Amino acid sequence: MTPLHSYLLVSALLFAIGLGGALTRRNAIIVLIGIELMLNAANLNFIAFWRFGPHPEALTGILFVLFSIGVAAAEAAVGLALIIAAYRRCKTAEVDEIDSMKG
Amino acid sequence: MVRWTVEYLWLIPLLPLLAAGLSAVTKRPGRAFAASLAIGAMSLALILSCLAFAEALRHPGRQYVNFPWVQMGDSWLKLGWVLDPLSAVMLLMVSFVGLLIFIYSLGYMAEDENFTRFFCFLSLFAAAMLGVVIANSLLLLFICWELVGLTSYLLIGFWYHKPSAAAAARKAFITTRIGDLAFLVGMVWLYARSGTLLFYDGGNGCLEQSGPARLVAGAANAGLAASAGIGLLIFCGAAGKSGQVPLHVWLPDAMEGPTPVSALIHAATMVAAGVFLVARVYPIMTACLPVVAWVGAITAVFAASIAVAQTDIKRILAYSTVSQLGFMMLGLGAGGVAVGMFHLVTHAFFKALLFLGAGSVIHGCRSEQDIRCLGGLRRFMPVTFATYAVGMLALSGFPLLFSGFWSKDQILEAAHVWGVSQGPFYLGLCGALLTAFYMTRQVLYVFYGTWRGHPARESAASERRLQPAGLPPPPRAPLARGDTSRPWNPHESPRVMTAPLVVLAVGSVLLGFIGTPAWPWFAAFLEQHPASFDLARITEPGVLGLMGLSSVIVLVGIGVGYWLYGRKPVGGAGEVDVLERVWPDLFGLLRNKYFVDEVYEWAFVSFTVRWARFCDWLDEWVWRGLVELASYAVVGLSWADRLFDEYVVNLGFDGICRRLTEGGGLLSRLQNGRVQHYLRIMGVGLALLVLLLIWGCRAL
Repeated sequence: MTPLHSYLLVSALLFAIGLGGALTRRNAIIVLIGIELMLNAANLNFIAFWRFGPHPEALTGILFVLFSIGVAAAEAAVGLALIIAAYRRCKTAEVDEIDSMKG
Repeated sequence: MVRWTVEYLWLIPLLPLLAAGLSAVTKRPGRAFAASLAIGAMSLALILSCLAFAEALRHPGRQYVNFPWVQMGDSWLKLGWVLDPLSAVMLLMVSFVGLLIFIYSLGYMAEDENFTRFFCFLSLFAAAMLGVVIANSLLLLFICWELVGLTSYLLIGFWYHKPSAAAAARKAFITTRIGDLAFLVGMVWLYARSGTLLFYDGGNGCLEQSGPARLVAGAANAGLAASAGIGLLIFCGAAGKSGQVPLHVWLPDAMEGPTPVSALIHAATMVAAGVFLVARVYPIMTACLPVVAWVGAITAVFAASIAVAQTDIKRILAYSTVSQLGFMMLGLGAGGVAVGMFHLVTHAFFKALLFLGAGSVIHGCRSEQDIRCLGGLRRFMPVTFATYAVGMLALSGFPLLFSGFWSKDQILEAAHVWGVSQGPFYLGLCGALLTAFYMTRQVLYVFYGTWRGHPARESAASERRLQPAGLPPPPRAPLARGDTSRPWNPHESPRVMTAPLVVLAVGSVLLGFIGTPAWPWFAAFLEQHPASFDLARITEPGVLGLMGLSSVIVLVGIGVGYWLYGRKPVGGAGEVDVLERVWPDLFGLLRNKYFVDEVYEWAFVSFTVRWARFCDWLDEWVWRGLVELASYAVVGLSWADRLFDEYVVNLGFDGICRRLTEGGGLLSRLQNGRVQHYLRIMGVGLALLVLLLIWGCRAL
């Protein structure tokens, strides 16, 4: 069986890729994708820790992840809607050009 | 060990359900696709039902599978399915008749634009009905029962653009809902009393020995009252579904639906669900069997007498169905499960046959349903006529050859030897006489005489307009009339419609022989003991006498019908009914269905409307006045508030605000508006925090 730390490595990698994408990309949609990647890294962690944890017979990890996926889906929907709204208003989806809130 | 046929019994309702679901989610399903899906699923269900029936034949015990469904506190609510002779017989009957009617619908609905929707609903209905049949839990039965009610609503209102169909659908739904409410209360009561809704559960089910005993246990009187009360409440549900008096009003109106629907749902299967329910929970019903028998007997005569004076071909059959359901209830109440169920099965065949025959007539005569405007169809539609005649003789209970005779005879015999009262027996005899009479009248009107269709119709309509008010209402305008300018003749239906008729006709004749007094195989099968053939039983004086009596009654009914309507063929469409000439008052009373609808209208509907008007008036004048008063008070208060705000608070506040703005300007340098900048700070902060945590753990 694959040891726990390899799962954690994969999820850490996933998280780092997501974070990198969210920090460096200028397109809001790519930023959203980065955020989704980070969420899924967390999901992978949940599953891994549940699977290698003391009570794998109780389906807690799966339930947690199911909820998290559900929340992520809702979040993606809201995020996309926000991006579209922002695009309609500012005529751009570049994150650093939307700065009308600055002091 | 449960055998695989029982283990996979749930497949039988699941297949039509899948078919319904598939054709519902498919985008723009083609006609052939939807129909073949529905018919294929139904055929598979029929094959599985045959397997289940064979299984029940080989192992005449009771086999069931229960599974936990939801947990409530410490107890699990369980559902399950059961295979015993009762459900095996019903499975076979429902899937067989259902399949025939599906096939028939191919022809009948061929020109309807909502063909695929129709098959989707029909499949859904079949699934729910099969679910009712195999349920081993009152709760599962109730769920499927309501689904059946829903599909009934959908299919009655299938032509929803017709206001009368929409109204009929609503009426059916609301009327059965009254019975179902009682059913639900009874079910909850039963659960509170016995702690389980499973019928059979290894000795703990509510129908097994301990169940009814537990009901009666406790305080002797209260326990007895509870079991009778539960039985009565459940019977209310059955009466609503099976159209027993006084909840029968929806069934005749339900004929607004397409004719295959009337045949499948409102004649053969769904309305029989009430009878099936009583048969299923028979051990609980013991305390209120006399009520069942009396209600059944009264319904039998009541509805049969109304059928005598109707002029719509489907309405006559609808009242006949109500009446026959009354006979079944009488059989259950006075005789037992086998007696009522036998009539249920034979009735399913010949009534489905009659309805499909009526559908064929309507199809061939351009949607004409008024028997006064039909006539002479014997020459135009020979197959329909022959099969319809078989159905009519079976329904009337023509001696020896037809199934209706044997099943009705058993009911009469059970009512005759019933210890409680002889009343239902005599009511049953009256019902049998009336049945033979009105069926003869209908057949003579529709198939004999001359074709009174198109050419005579206009003149007849104008004649009728000249008659004083209170005489027969003019027949409804037909739905689809082709080219009305040229005279036309009715035509025989396509083979896809006549083939099911022939199959059903054969069934209507042969089915009777599995339940004759000489070889009571059906009763033996249901009661799980071997059947024996003994010709001597048929010649016992009691049995023979009763058979003779019922034969004489049937022959008298047919004879009187022929004497009144057959000797001289009905002339024109506008001719006054023979009976009406003799007893106009009585005939009017019957034609208006004893004014039951009007009484309900006056007693319940108008009361509700008046109550609603009163509530509306109360709303408009009393509550609205109060609300407006309160709102004016609030508006006044808020004006005062506003003045205080503007001149006292704001002036002080503005000063503070100006300072705050200046401070905010300083701080806002941090907010450069770049989201990713914030995120970067957050990331760095998070990393720092993690480092801090790790360092802290090390230190410990």
